[in-house]
Amino acid sequence: MTVFEISAPAAPAPRARDGLLLRLLRQPSAAVGLTLLVLIIAMAASANLVFPDDPLDMVTQPFLWPGEDAAYPLGTDMLGRDIASGIFHGARVSLLIGAVATLVSLVIGVGTGALSGYYGGRLDAVLMRVTELFQTIPPFLFALAIVAILQPSIPTITVAIGITAWPSLARLVRAEVLKLRHGELVQASIALGASDLRIIVLHILPNTLAPVIVSASILVASAILTESSLAFLGLGDPNVVSWGGMVGAGREVLRTDWYVATIPGLAIVTAVLALNLLGDGLNDALNPKEAAR
Amino acid sequence: MSDPVLAVERLNISFHTRRGVLRAVRDLSFHVERGETLAIVGESGCGKSITALSLLGLVPEPGRVEGDAVRLEGRNLLALPEAKLRRLRGARIAMIFQEPMTALNPVLTVGEQIMEAILEHEKVSRAAARDRALALLERVRIPDAKRRFSDYPHRLSGGMRQRVVIAMALALSPAVLVADEPTTALDVTIQAQILELIDELKRENGTAVVLITHDLGVVAEHSDRVLVMYAGRKVEARATADLFARPLHPYTRGLIAARPQPGGGRARLAEIPGTVPSLFAMPAGCAFAPRCAVAEPACGVAVPPLMPAEDGAVACIRAGEIHVPEPAREALRA
Amino acid sequence: MARYLRRTIAQIAFVIIGIAIINFFLLRLAPGDAAQVMAGEAGSATPEYMAALRKQFGLDQPLYVQFFSYLKNVLTLNLGYSFRQGMPVSDLILQRLPATLLLMGTSIAFAVSIGGMLGLLAARQAGKLADTLISALALLFYATPVFWIGVMLVVVFSVLLDWLPVGGMASVEAGLTGLAYAADVGRHLILPATTLGLFYLAIYTRLMRASMLEVYGQDFVRTARAKGVRPRRIAVRHVLRNALLPIVTTLGVQLGSILGGAILVETVFAWPGLGRLAFEALFQRDLNLLLGILFCSSVVVVLVNLAVDLAYTALDPRIELS
Repeated sequence: MTVFEISAPAAPAPRARDGLLLRLLRQPSAAVGLTLLVLIIAMAASANLVFPDDPLDMVTQPFLWPGEDAAYPLGTDMLGRDIASGIFHGARVSLLIGAVATLVSLVIGVGTGALSGYYGGRLDAVLMRVTELFQTIPPFLFALAIVAILQPSIPTITVAIGITAWPSLARLVRAEVLKLRHGELVQASIALGASDLRIIVLHILPNTLAPVIVSASILVASAILTESSLAFLGLGDPNVVSWGGMVGAGREVLRTDWYVATIPGLAIVTAVLALNLLGDGLNDALNPKEAAR
Repeated sequence: MSDPVLAVERLNISFHTRRGVLRAVRDLSFHVERGETLAIVGESGCGKSITALSLLGLVPEPGRVEGDAVRLEGRNLLALPEAKLRRLRGARIAMIFQEPMTALNPVLTVGEQIMEAILEHEKVSRAAARDRALALLERVRIPDAKRRFSDYPHRLSGGMRQRVVIAMALALSPAVLVADEPTTALDVTIQAQILELIDELKRENGTAVVLITHDLGVVAEHSDRVLVMYAGRKVEARATADLFARPLHPYTRGLIAARPQPGGGRARLAEIPGTVPSLFAMPAGCAFAPRCAVAEPACGVAVPPLMPAEDGAVACIRAGEIHVPEPAREALRA
Repeated sequence: MARYLRRTIAQIAFVIIGIAIINFFLLRLAPGDAAQVMAGEAGSATPEYMAALRKQFGLDQPLYVQFFSYLKNVLTLNLGYSFRQGMPVSDLILQRLPATLLLMGTSIAFAVSIGGMLGLLAARQAGKLADTLISALALLFYATPVFWIGVMLVVVFSVLLDWLPVGGMASVEAGLTGLAYAADVGRHLILPATTLGLFYLAIYTRLMRASMLEVYGQDFVRTARAKGVRPRRIAVRHVLRNALLPIVTTLGVQLGSILGGAILVETVFAWPGLGRLAFEALFQRDLNLLLGILFCSSVVVVLVNLAVDLAYTALDPRIELS
C-alpha cells in the first residue's frame, strides 16, 4: 500500500545486525518469558542441591499449609512430602521430557517435511498421507494408549509425546522447503552437481530454521502440558515426581486442602506460559515484517 | 469561473513513527472544477497516493492529516466528524483503486457489493437497489450483466473487476471521483478502455476527476491539468498541453525526457539519475537539487517557493532562466 | 463433485486401514501376547475367555493372517468384547458417545462464540487497553492445563461456593424427567463445558484477533470504507466473514485435540462419556477397549473434517470441491 511505498526507500534494513537475544529482550513479553524460563531451568538444575532428598519421601507431618512452617514454605501433602521439593524436582522431569520429546518430533517432522518437499511426487504423496493419518488420530489419546501399553516411564512417555506431536512440524517444513526448492540458490546447486543430501542440509534446512525454532518452543510447551496431563491421569513415571501427578494426588483432598493441587498447577502454568511468551517473542524477532502488523 | 468542486488548501500529511516524523505531503494546494480531470503525477513515494486517500479521510494509522482545508462542494472535510464524513464517502466523493484483483470482497457477489454502496446512502428498497446496480453494470459495459451480477469476484478478469469498482464508485453520481492508478495493474489494451470509460462517464455526469498516475502517456491523453509532485511537494502545476509543450521545472523536464516514444510501452520514471531523498531526512533546500542537472548553490539553501508561471505555478528558482532548445520542444510536442 | 467423493472415500479408507495397522502393532508391543493384553492383567480373565480371544485373533497363525482377520473385524465394526465391562466394545462406545458429543459441542460453541467475540473486540481495539487485557488473558488460559482449570473450578464453584455439582451428568436420585431433567443436565454441564472451553477459547481469541487484523489490512476493506460503509457493517459483513475462514479450518484441525481434552475433563468431572470410558479402560488395563476408543475417535475426526470441508465451501465461494 501507499504507506509502505513511502517508507520503503527511507527505511534502512531492519535491525538485523543486532543479536537475536537483544531483539528478544527489547520486547517486554519475550523478556518476561525468557526470565521465567531461566528461573525454571535454574530450579531444575539446583533441585539436587537445594533438596538433596527424594521428593517422594515423607519428611514431616502431612497437611502443613504453605507458610505454616518456615522449613517447608510451600507446605506438605497428605503423605508429608515437601511440596517445594516436588516443584523443584518436577521441573527437571517436565523440562527433560519436554525437550527430548520435542527433539523426537523435530527429527521425524523435519525429516518428513524435508523429504516430502524436496522430492515431491510419489514420495510426497505417501508421506503426506501418513502425516494426515497421524493428524487424524487424537494426539493425546494416542499418546495415552502408547504409554498405557508400554508402561509409564520417562523414555516411553517421551517417545509417546514425540511421535504424536510431529505432523504440524512436517507440514510447516514441507511448505518452507517447497518455497526454497525452486529458488535460485537450490537450482544453482543442482546445476553444479551437488548431492541432494548436501543441498538439503546446507542450503534448505538452514533457511527453514526461523519458523522451526518458533514451533519448537511452542512444541516444548505443549509437550510439558501433555506430560502433566498423562501424569494427572496416573500415567507418570512412578519413580519420579511430576507436577501433573502432584495435581492428580491433590485432587483427593480438594475439599479440605486445595493448596496441594493448586501449587503444582501454578508451576505448570508458569513453565508453559514462559515458553509460549518466548515463542511469540521469537516469532516477532525472527519475522520482523509480520510483527509490524 | 464558478467555485471549484474540490479545493485543497495547504494540505499536510505526516506519519508519526518510532523513527521520527515522516512528512509525506507538505503544503499541497490544488483545486478541481466540475467536469475537469486533474492529473497528479510523480514517482513512487512522492505522496500522490496518500493525497488521494486523504481526500476521502482514509489515511491509515499512524498518519495525521493537517492543513487549512479540503473543501468538497464548499464543506471542509478536515473539520467534519467521522460519521458525517462517512456519509459523503461514496456519495459525493468516490474512489477507484490500483488493484482490481484485491479491491473486491471475495465472499460477496459483485451485485451485492454495488448494491451495498447504494443501500448505505439512500433509503431505497433492495429491489430498487438491485435494479440500479444492474443498470450500473450495464453502463460500465460488463457483458452479460445479469449473469455477472450474481458472480463472485474471482470469476471476473482484472479489467472486469475494475469496471465493477467503477460502477460502485459511480453508483451515487459523486461530484468527485478519485482514481488512484486505475490502470497500472491492467493490460495495455484494457487500460485504454478503462480510461475511455472514465472520460465518458465524466462527460455525462460532469464529475470532477482526480487522476493519480505515474504514466505520462495517460496524463497527456486523459487530463486537463497536471500537478507534478516531488518528495511530498507540488513542484509544478500547469494545463496539460502547456506542460508538455514547455515544461518549466527541471524534474518535469526529466520526467518528459524519460518518457518512451509513443507505442514503446509504459513509462517507468527511473531514468532520472539518483533517487528520491528519504522523507525522514530531507535536504534543507530544494528536494530535487541533489539529482538536478542545473542546480546551483542557492538551490540547497531554502525550499523554492511556488511562483506563478504561464497560467500555472512552478517551484524552481531557475525556472525562468533555463532555455529549452526549440528542436527538443518540437520532439516533445510530437 | 464425483472426484471429490472418490478422493474422500479413498482418504477415509486410508485412515481406517492406517489406524487399524497402528492399533494392531501397538497391541503387539505390549508385554505378553495379545490375548493377555486384551483381557487385562493376568488372572482377571477366565481361561475360556483367553482361549476364545486367541482363537478370534488366530494367534497361532502367521502375522499377516492375523492382521487381515483383525482388519476384517475392524471393518465390520467388530471391535471385540470388553471382558471388564461385560459388553461388546462397539456397544460401549456407542453408549458413551452422546455424552462426549454433548460436552464437546457445548465447549466448542462456547469457545468459538465467546472467543470470536473477544478476538473481534481485541482486533477493533488493537493496541488499546481492552486488547492488551484480552490478549494477556488468552495467553494465560492457553498456558493453563485443562485438568487444572477443572480442578480449580471445582474448588471455587463446588467446594467454596457450593453453586454447582462436583461431577456426574445428572442427579440420579432425583429421578427427574423432561425439562427438569434437561435443566439438571445443563447444571452439570456448566463446569465441564467451561473447563474444556476455556483452553480453546484462548486459541480462538488469539486466532480471531490475528485473522481480523489481517483482513482489516486488505484492500477490499478499504474499498468498503471508500464506499462509506458503516464501521460496524464493515466489521461484520466484510471482515468477520473473511476472518471466519481460518477459524473453520482450525476447528477441523483441532478436533482431535479437543477430544483429548475431553478425556481429562470427563475424568475430573466424572462425566460419563468416551473420555471417562478411556480412563476406566486405562485403569482396568482393558487395552482392547482403549484401542477401540482410539479407533472410533479417529473415525469421528475424519467425519467431522468432512463436514468442515463442506462448511468451508459454503463460506468461501473461491473453493470448489474437487
